[in-house]
Amino acid sequence: MSKIAVTMTVNGRQVERLVEPRLLLVHFLREELGLTGTHIGCETSHCGACTVDLDGVSVKSCTVLAVQAQGKEVRTIEGMAAPDGTLHVLQEMFREHHGLQCGWCTPGMILRAWRLLQENPDPSEEEVRFGIAGNLCRCTGYQKIVEAILAAAAKLRAARTVEAAA
Amino acid sequence: MSETTELTREARAARLEGLGCRRKRVEDIRFVQGKGQYVDDVKLPGMLFGDFVRSPYGHARIKKIDTSRAKAMPGVVAVLTAEDLKPLDLAWIPTLAGDVQMVLADGKVLYQNQEVAFVVAEDRYLAADAVEAVEVEYEALPVLVDPFKAMTDEAPVLREDIADKKEGAHGPRKHPNHIFTWEIGDAAATREALARSEVVVEELITYPRVHPCPLETCGCVASFDKVKGELTLWGTFQAPHVIRTVASILSKLPEHKIRVIAPDIGGGFGNKVGAYPGYICAVVASIVTGRPVKWIEDRIENLSTTAFARDYHMKARIGATREGKITALQVEVIADHGAFDACADPSKWPAGFFNIVTGSYDIPTAHVTVDGVYTNKAPGGVAYRCSFRVTEAAYCIERIVDILAREVGMDPADLRLANFIRKEQFPYRSALGWEYDSGDYHTAMHKALEAVNYRALREEQKKRQEAFRRGETRTLMGIGVASFTEIVGAGPSRNCDILGIAMFDSCEIRVHPTGAAIARMGTKSQGQGHETTYAQIIASEIGIPADMITVEEGDTSTAPYGLGTYGSRSTPVAGAAIATAARKIRAKAQMIAAHLLEVHEDDLEWDVDGFRVKGAPDRFKSMKEIAWVAYHAPPKGLEPGLEAVSYYDPPNMTYPFGTYVCVLDIDVDTGVYTVRRFFAVDDCGTRINPMIIEGQIHGGLAEAFGIAMGQEIRYDEIGNVHNASFMDYFLPTAVETPRWETDFTVTPSPHHPIGAKGVGESPNVGGVPAFSNAVNDAFAFLGARHIPMPHDHARIWLAAEKLGLHG
Ligand code: FES
Ligand code: FES
Repeated sequence: MSKIAVTMTVNGRQVERLVEPRLLLVHFLREELGLTGTHIGCETSHCGACTVDLDGVSVKSCTVLAVQAQGKEVRTIEGMAAPDGTLHVLQEMFREHHGLQCGWCTPGMILRAWRLLQENPDPSEEEVRFGIAGNLCRCTGYQKIVEAILAAAAKLRAARTVEAAA
Repeated sequence: MSETTELTREARAARLEGLGCRRKRVEDIRFVQGKGQYVDDVKLPGMLFGDFVRSPYGHARIKKIDTSRAKAMPGVVAVLTAEDLKPLDLAWIPTLAGDVQMVLADGKVLYQNQEVAFVVAEDRYLAADAVEAVEVEYEALPVLVDPFKAMTDEAPVLREDIADKKEGAHGPRKHPNHIFTWEIGDAAATREALARSEVVVEELITYPRVHPCPLETCGCVASFDKVKGELTLWGTFQAPHVIRTVASILSKLPEHKIRVIAPDIGGGFGNKVGAYPGYICAVVASIVTGRPVKWIEDRIENLSTTAFARDYHMKARIGATREGKITALQVEVIADHGAFDACADPSKWPAGFFNIVTGSYDIPTAHVTVDGVYTNKAPGGVAYRCSFRVTEAAYCIERIVDILAREVGMDPADLRLANFIRKEQFPYRSALGWEYDSGDYHTAMHKALEAVNYRALREEQKKRQEAFRRGETRTLMGIGVASFTEIVGAGPSRNCDILGIAMFDSCEIRVHPTGAAIARMGTKSQGQGHETTYAQIIASEIGIPADMITVEEGDTSTAPYGLGTYGSRSTPVAGAAIATAARKIRAKAQMIAAHLLEVHEDDLEWDVDGFRVKGAPDRFKSMKEIAWVAYHAPPKGLEPGLEAVSYYDPPNMTYPFGTYVCVLDIDVDTGVYTVRRFFAVDDCGTRINPMIIEGQIHGGLAEAFGIAMGQEIRYDEIGNVHNASFMDYFLPTAVETPRWETDFTVTPSPHHPIGAKGVGESPNVGGVPAFSNAVNDAFAFLGARHIPMPHDHARIWLAAEKLGLHG
């Protein structure tokens, strides 16, 4: 199969590769770029384990072709911590509130929560549950994930208030 | 004075983050950054990908397999069929249950999606292309899906390979499709007791076929080094050492030439215990091609081929006095094992520990028979978040007890309270042979009932029922109570083994000169947080802060032999091995401390993180100081170093228990339900990390919710599997999943070194009957006796329809 050049920005870094047009974004990230934090749980866009952020929207990268990300900005779990290694509040709160067990759904959950909190910085519990309904977890029973996201939302709001006041 | 003695005792203990601490998980630091190392993350130079050609038929003869077109495709390196495996003696392999199973279809296929050929190519896309190019000619055969028809005269013979075998691994076979009969208890006494009982109720209780369905599917990478003659096998293995032994037996490679590595695992729940055709084919392909070969299941393959669970059809008959005192229990089970008996039970237990079916009740006499049969369905029958058929048993007894309560006109909670084994009866020998180590069922139940204000709920329900009868509401209220008793921690070597290997578990601890330590284990976490909790046990035992202890699992070349993680056995068995290994270290440390403090060992007492001279509080040596001396200047006559190994053979199982209450409202016109409350009181003995326990309970309850309210792997009459994708198989999202409320009691196990019992499976065992009882309870006053699972909206609506509620 002939290959096409694709260029995109992944976690702030520009990457360029020659790929088959049928290559899925998730395989591009995992196998071409070695970003194995994005997981695969179904390949049919049901489980959300492969969730990444594509130009400001949560997408299931198992259902996006790498070539569809041409010229776009992608963020994966590897791009969540600060360059100096400081964890993102969401990452910290997931740990603090035991929002993960096996860790398979976690990268997708965190990426989804990150976008959700930008769409709605002060969500209710119901809104969080609805907002992550595209991401399945088999281990946690969701409750502690929801707690982690609500706690992160509160922290992010508090930080913003401090910033605004300064 | 050392720093240690300046801090208060409490501060020193807190610093250890030992038993009882809500310690944050060590694993999370890598997982929240996407830095876990799972099997699909393994990437080796020259690695190939394997993919299966699978049968579209449920039962068919294979007339011809033509691989020539596939083999000619660019990037395709090999295509294996049963013919290629035969010279290696690998077309069939023994199962853990004493049966044999095909690796690749040999002459016929016995279930849909069965493995027919294995394609090996340069990448996964090319492998998938080549799968399409393999041409297989089938001749369809009559299909058997109904387990009740398996032993009839008209039933097609599925297993031609053993059609004439009159004797199976577990005794005589009555029919070519029969696998075993397992019988326990006193048949005559039970029959007699039932005949004498004032009340007898009988019901067929079916626990449908479901699937553990971890979010990560199964997979492996096999890498055979021709020069060294060594095989390295990475994989999603809940029991890596068992896989190594099996790999050695099958491949005939000596066991020391095989290294099995289970990296991080994305959930297991029993799915990842067995040895699957994918593993065998990847190993063979690596040996044949001389290159590493990766095989990763997709979701459809996972749901339709590796490891289903349950599929138990239980006819229960329970006798009682008119006052509701249980007199006898009899259960006859038809167990659908699919095409091969590939259950992963301890060898002597073809129906697992199903004889825990007398549950939490003092039942004087009981009798059980289980008949395993073959059908044209995927093999498995694994212990899905379950200790070998205890989930089936708990569902059976908890449903039949509810039905009995209705029959004698008692409240289901009261009937339970009247029949519970009483606290003072422990250790209690059940009619079916188990010795329950400890329990306090009444306290757990009272706690749960009070928490939800049970009596008031019943009042409210009564009013609702009256209003319903008057036509003022269309919403019914259901209250489900379940009081389960688990049996976990397999198990004592006198009755538990896998492939002849006793079901002990192991731990090796090495304390380093600076007072840090590493512990290596025979178990394997799949999300349970062993790296965190195991370190807590060691911290409390030998006074080294948990943060200074690395816990390592999963690499057979470094870890001591262990039987792995399933059946909630990690804490009961490996947890005990940790404590005993740690105590050996402490005993040696005591000798060193005595030498340093120039006293007799008996004059020392353990104090949080070191030894103190009795009556002389300032004469103290911390573990850290002792560790240094162990390597620097050990006392004369004592070997240097500070390490210990323990292989722990548990004297008994442990018996966690609890009471769950579920309250839900059902709209009879739509079948839509809302879970109002779910309250769980668990007793898992000593609590190692309450945060992790809560997580385990929440997760298990969510899985129970999925099972009770919507899951079923369903086959149609021609053997098509209907729910093998996330489109069709119900996995609850955060929206449907109820909020969980939890509480606990603590009844330590008397025979476990730290009194712990294991917890991961309790919520699945107790959760399913609590939900199912709630749905049944809602309709019971209208005459419904037993509404079978799963209780999805459509089926609840149908139940209402059957009761004539839709006018
Ligand atoms: S792998 Fe993409 S949604 Fe499941
Ligand atoms: S933590 Fe295992 S799937 Fe969510």
